[in-house]
Amino acid sequence: MRWYWIDRFLEFESGKRAKAVKCISLAEDHLHDHFEDYPMIPNSLVIEGLAQTGGLLVCEHGRFEEKVVLAKVPKARFYDVATPGDTLTYTTTVEYIKAEGAMVTGTSHKGDQLHAEVEIVFAHLNDPRMGALFDPDVFLRMMRLLGAFEVGHAADGGPLVPPPRLLQTVESGDHGGS
Amino acid sequence: MPTKDEIFEKIQGALVDALGVDDDEVTPEATLVGDLGAESIDFLDIVFRLEKGFEIKIPRGELFPEDILTDSTYVQDGRVTETGLAELRKRMPFANLDDFEKNPVVQDFGNLLTVADMCRFVESKVEVTD
Repeated sequence: MRWYWIDRFLEFESGKRAKAVKCISLAEDHLHDHFEDYPMIPNSLVIEGLAQTGGLLVCEHGRFEEKVVLAKVPKARFYDVATPGDTLTYTTTVEYIKAEGAMVTGTSHKGDQLHAEVEIVFAHLNDPRMGALFDPDVFLRMMRLLGAFEVGHAADGGPLVPPPRLLQTVESGDHGGS
Repeated sequence: MPTKDEIFEKIQGALVDALGVDDDEVTPEATLVGDLGAESIDFLDIVFRLEKGFEIKIPRGELFPEDILTDSTYVQDGRVTETGLAELRKRMPFANLDDFEKNPVVQDFGNLLTVADMCRFVESKVEVTD
């Protein structure tokens, strides 16, 4: 199963901010169960999309070497529902990135209208006995599929490029995974 | 410069936002873990909100010196040693360790910190007016 809850990055400012779109379509099978006669995207999947937007921002800041997991959602407020045909724009802003974890705030907009607001805390798992949570090529593929390198900027303002070590790991096939 | 009451109110707001508790649950004597249900990840969140709210820096381990509890110099057979307790007193002058010292089981340490301790911690980091 592919777990993509955003379709494309519109902006990606390393370590600071990312903006992504999610297009909701009746072709998404799960919408027919949520709900049969009134399909709408589940709020939990909006949070997941915002977590992917912000989580990749946090992962990229750590050159994809930290084990970043969604640990907590201190706040999630929804002001409207989103249905097939709607396009949601997710904007996430880094509040902090520390050795132990990170926090982003995020909004979802339907056009100009505020649809949801969230705060998301990520933990950095630092147990050295644990291998990588994801193979490095998963990150590289996800960032490429979502167009992050096409629109992104590095911290110095230059174009966003994959970290050399990530590329080397993927090309050598040595994933060091669990 | 904030007053002690203003510090308490700001900490109360931070804990309400971080832990999803009600205002009236956040009393000075409430313990963060036992009464307010804080888990380890919440401390990261709480520290951030205190840093932002009071414009202070809180280095890792300053509010909650977990490194002492994993150091074999300070812990033996699941209990904090005398040396460990001395170190805790030095590192946590804002906390009331009296009850913990009577039976210093490491497992109970997590439930030590109260809202009042946290207020004293912040008061030590900012200038307070009467």
